[in-house]
Formats: sequence, structure tokens, C-alpha cells
Amino acid sequence: MTSREINHAPGTPAWPLILVLGLAAMMSGMLVVAVHQFTSPIIAENQRRAVARAIGRVVPGAVGNRAFIVENGKLIPAGEKARGEVIYAAYGKDGKLLGIAARAGAQGYADMIHMLFGYDPESGRILGFEVLKMTETPGLGDKIASDGKFRANFPLDARLDGTGKKLAHPIVTVKHGKKSKPWEIDAISGATISSRAVGKALNEAAGRLLPVIHANLDMLRAAAPGRGATGEEK
Amino acid sequence: MMAAKAKRRDTAITWEVFSQGLWRDNPVLVMLLGLCPVLAVSNSAMNALAMGLATTFVLISSGALVSLLRNFIPAQVRIATYIIIIATFVTIVDYAIQAISLDLYKALGAFIQLIVVNCIILGRAEAYASRNTLARSVINALGMGLGFTGALVVLGGIREILGAGALFGVPLFGAGFEPWVVMILPPGGFIVLSLMLVAVNWINARRERAGRTEEQADGA
Repeated sequence: MTSREINHAPGTPAWPLILVLGLAAMMSGMLVVAVHQFTSPIIAENQRRAVARAIGRVVPGAVGNRAFIVENGKLIPAGEKARGEVIYAAYGKDGKLLGIAARAGAQGYADMIHMLFGYDPESGRILGFEVLKMTETPGLGDKIASDGKFRANFPLDARLDGTGKKLAHPIVTVKHGKKSKPWEIDAISGATISSRAVGKALNEAAGRLLPVIHANLDMLRAAAPGRGATGEEK
Repeated sequence: MMAAKAKRRDTAITWEVFSQGLWRDNPVLVMLLGLCPVLAVSNSAMNALAMGLATTFVLISSGALVSLLRNFIPAQVRIATYIIIIATFVTIVDYAIQAISLDLYKALGAFIQLIVVNCIILGRAEAYASRNTLARSVINALGMGLGFTGALVVLGGIREILGAGALFGVPLFGAGFEPWVVMILPPGGFIVLSLMLVAVNWINARRERAGRTEEQADGA
């Protein structure tokens, strides 16, 4: 459309058009950068608080946390290394390790369900989970985040077997009302696919992360924030 | 639009400048513009309010800037320039909402960024702000924004009450209430919006009839 209009008005030189567009883009860029500079620390703080709140929900009583990156069966304090899968060690008031919060995810009914789950290494149980992101059907699949009976599946048995390399019993979701073992998840009636995704995500993440967590448990216990064993809390 | 063109030279600030968007040319209920975000984020009153206010902010600030620069922008690149201006303010809103509440940001999803292509905003820039003074453009944009927000909050409120038994997240009914889940799903948006359009058209038709019988009043 623009080129046709230029043809209609052959007297119009191109440089004012370039100048106006260039100036507009430059001003726009400067404004966006200024706003980004101003808001990015606030947004980072919001995100940190959202993570802390989610950790508090999946590991009850947690007041402090430290992030670790999982790499080749080792846990590296976040900060020394920036990228990778993060787990959070959650500590109580006295610096005691209360549990580990880690991410899990699986394909749900609509899209990926991302969640954070809390694990208590003392009892070998998954304490609960919190949905971080999902697009499950409102009123049906999204009940996995709110349904009281579904929440009553937790704490969930997630002990490792004798070798410490894998789960003693894989976590599975069973049909509504068919739960008979402590490592089974009772599905929500009408939201079977979403419920199954929760079981699948937990089974996968627990099977992969719990052996690493147990192998490094002493380090995690000693790394309470404020003790300075592995540096200050980020 | 005829009225706006006829008044192109007019710089008076009248009630009409403000109220145009509230009812007579309400962007949602009369012009039926920007229905994609209207249907998508009106599943709760809070989301609707946030979306409405974000759109109002972009409407006002882009309207102000377009009006200020209206004599400097060559006609050939005006649409491109408007889009740059609009996109700038949308990015600002995007950061602002992330700074205010991450939960709200998550609930609104991609629809904040999509304000860029909301036809109400480009429509007002082209049809009004580029031909009117700063004050008139800002006041008109405010009216349009409030009209958009109002329609969205009513739609979101009805859907939330019926579909979740709550308003602004506050439960209204006891545990015995079985929510009509369909209302917060996409079909509910279409059903409630169409009923609202029926109501608006019915009211306008009645007013017109009453105006005709009483006197030859000018439907201002």
C-alpha cells in the first residue's frame, strides 16, 4: 500500500520517511530499554519470591532455600554455574534440612504440565506438589491444582530401593477409587489424563533426581544458608 | 465516523468526545473490535479488569503521542509509525504487569503482547488521534478505554459468577453451588457476549423508538 501511495505522489522524497521511521524506532528502543532497566530488578525479585513461596508450599515450614544445579550425578551450588536443572534445598528456622524442592513436568491433556514437588529425604516421601504452569481444561483437568481429595494422595511413598539407584516402586496413577498402595496416585474422576500426567512427571523426576539427592545428602544438610559452608545465599 | 470527520476542524472539548466510547460507539458492544482478547481473557473479572486497564493505558499514551506528532508523520509511513508507537507502550505495559504481579501476568498470557494488534488502538490512532488535538485525543481514548474495560469487566463478571461461583475471586455461593464450567470455557464467552449484544441493541432500539415518537430529537 505504501509503495502505491509513493507512486501516486512522485514528488515525495524518501528521506523524510526514513528519518521519521528511524527516529520513531530509536525513541521506542530507548524508552523500552529505560523501562526494562527500571523493572528488571523488581521482576527478578518477584520471581525469587514466587519460587520461595512455591517452595514453602511443597516443603511445609521452609524459611530459607539454596539452589543447586544437577550435573552428572553431582550437585553444584547455583551461582558457580549458571545453566542446568535446578533443585532447591529447603531449610527450617534452625538451619535443618526439611526437604528438597525440584521441578517435574509431563504432557497433560492440553499442553505440558510444569510443577514443583517437595521431597523429604528422611522419610523418603513426596510431600506435595504445586503446579507452576498448565493449560488444562478449567473445571476438569485444572482440578489437579485444587482438588482436596487429589491432594490427599500426598505424602506419597517414593523410597529408593536397596541399591539407591532407582525407586523401590514406580509412582503410578491408578483409576479413581482404586488406590491400594502408598506409592499409587488416586486419579480425579473426569480428569484421568491430567492425573496420569502428574504421576508420570513425578515418577520420571523422582527416579532421576532422588538418587542424586541421596548421594549428596550430607552436603545438602551442611549447606544451610548462613552457615557459609558453600558461600552465601544468592 | 461521519461525525468525527465533520468535526475535524473542531477543537472544542465536549462530553461527546469522552462519551463516544462509553456507549454510542463502544468498541466491544457496538463496533465489535478486538474481540479476540475480549473472548479470551474475560474468564474472570480480575483478568478482564487488568486487560481493560492495560489496553486503556496503551490507547491513551499512543493516542497522545500520535496526536502530538500528527503533523510530522508523513502519510506514507503513518501506519508503520503508529505500530512502532503502540508496540513501545505495549512492551512497557508488559514489563509493568510482570513487576506488579507475576500471577496476573501468567493469567493474561500472550494477550498482553497481542494488544499491539488490537484493532481498537490502531483504529483510534488512524481515525481520531491523527486528526484531533492532544486534549481531545486523550479524552476520547480515555472514554474508549473505559468503554472497553467496562464491557470486559461485565462480561468477565458474568462468566466468573456463573462459571466459578465467585466475583473477583471472592466466592459468592455456598459449597452447594455447582459451577457452570462451560461459562469459563470459550463457548461461555460467545454465549454471554452475544446476550450482551442483544441487550445493547434492544436498549438502543427502544431509545430510538421513544425518541422518534416524542419529538424529532437528534440522537446525540
